[in-house]
Amino acid sequence: MNEYNFAYLDEQTKRMIRRAILKGLAVPGYQVPFASREMPMPYGWGTGGVQVSAATLTPEDTFKVIDQGADDTTNAVSIRKFFENTAGVETTEETEKATVIQTRHRIPEAKLREDQIIVYQVPIPEPLRFLEPRETETRKMHSLEEYGLMHVKLYEDISQHGAISTAYAYPVKVSDRYVMDPSPIPKFDNLKLEMDAIQLFGAGREQRIYAVPPHTKVVSLDFEDYPFEATKANHPCDLCGAEDSYLDEVIMDDAGNRMFVCSDTDYCRSRREVGHVGRLAKEDAA
Amino acid sequence: MSTRTQFSGGFQNAPVDAAHAFRAAMTVMARPGEIRHLTGGQPPEPLSVAAETLLLTLCDPDTKVHLAGAADTDAVRHWLTFHTGAPLSAAADADFAVGTWSELGPLSTYRIGTAEYPDRSATLIVECDDLQQAGAVLRGPGIKDTARLNLPDVAALQANAALYPLGCDFFLTCGDRVAALPRSTQISLEV
Repeated sequence: MNEYNFAYLDEQTKRMIRRAILKGLAVPGYQVPFASREMPMPYGWGTGGVQVSAATLTPEDTFKVIDQGADDTTNAVSIRKFFENTAGVETTEETEKATVIQTRHRIPEAKLREDQIIVYQVPIPEPLRFLEPRETETRKMHSLEEYGLMHVKLYEDISQHGAISTAYAYPVKVSDRYVMDPSPIPKFDNLKLEMDAIQLFGAGREQRIYAVPPHTKVVSLDFEDYPFEATKANHPCDLCGAEDSYLDEVIMDDAGNRMFVCSDTDYCRSRREVGHVGRLAKEDAA
Repeated sequence: MSTRTQFSGGFQNAPVDAAHAFRAAMTVMARPGEIRHLTGGQPPEPLSVAAETLLLTLCDPDTKVHLAGAADTDAVRHWLTFHTGAPLSAAADADFAVGTWSELGPLSTYRIGTAEYPDRSATLIVECDDLQQAGAVLRGPGIKDTARLNLPDVAALQANAALYPLGCDFFLTCGDRVAALPRSTQISLEV
């Protein structure tokens, strides 16, 4: 690892990112602009998260990366390798053992602790972007706390579909002030946004960093008569039998057979190790 | 030990020392009321180790630094310029300011950000004689129920918090210890 500065980025870049993180923590949910660098991976592969992780990691950390809950997909494996090579940190697939967790589109099922940090990869940090394309306008809307448009959008969901159909990147209000995009996590995960760990969000292409400190009030936007609902597929996991975890639907063949499995691979594996068995677990082992 | 020069007192291993220092700084900013240790180099008089380490970790040619009162010595100026390259500035333009509470002067001097860019505000490093989890009661983001911290000037800091989301953010330093008070923290005297 001597070929790289610790954690790849040069020190001046890390200082710039660190200052942005501190301001982000001081104003929870507010998007701090930062001078995002080109990383040795394309935009959309977690360059924002990688830069935030690089500025946060210490040599003693144990690093975990998940992509849609899984530790073993291309994005997760390549980012884990990246920091093994450039920072020399320990890596793990176990949520329990990790001190810094970089995630794409999920929050682990296991409750995160005080001494853990979770870094989200964010594609579009601006929750109002698809309602108002101009940055000058969305910035004004945030400064005036003018979020009526977002409620109109949720209302239109109800008028067209009979329910709020937004299923991921469900907007939240942080600490009674800023409306924030929690990154494209399923709304099932929204309730976990009030947690003990520090949450950092990095959007590389869009050049924004934001943060939610521990124990911060995070409320999913809703209406009195259409309250927020954290939904998931109404099945137990077919491998570990968990009824409380977020599930992926897997098509098994061209005859319409399918299975539901935990999206959090570490959660599913740890449950199977202590003997929990789902509907299709035996077939899977064979 | 050789005599101290303007070249003394930087990080021994900059990437790793700065990473450790930032983690401590981030932790206290994310959890107002917590106190962490911060060590790095040997600071020039009269800076504390914690204040010095914060400056080394966060300042560079992109950040204007205001040295207030007794902190504004030739030794500190030379040390800061050599190790960080940060330009010195008046309080009104500063991104970072360091000094004791009375030397830093009225908070109204410092930048508090704008409605559209509240991040463009000053961070004040307040050198304290004493730092302990007692005194004023803190509530808000990062705090489970309540926390306590002895603050230099409760009324002024309450006024700063009332500007939210604008306002200054603070690191409180004492020897090798650091705590933080972001603008998001509500301060009261009684539980």
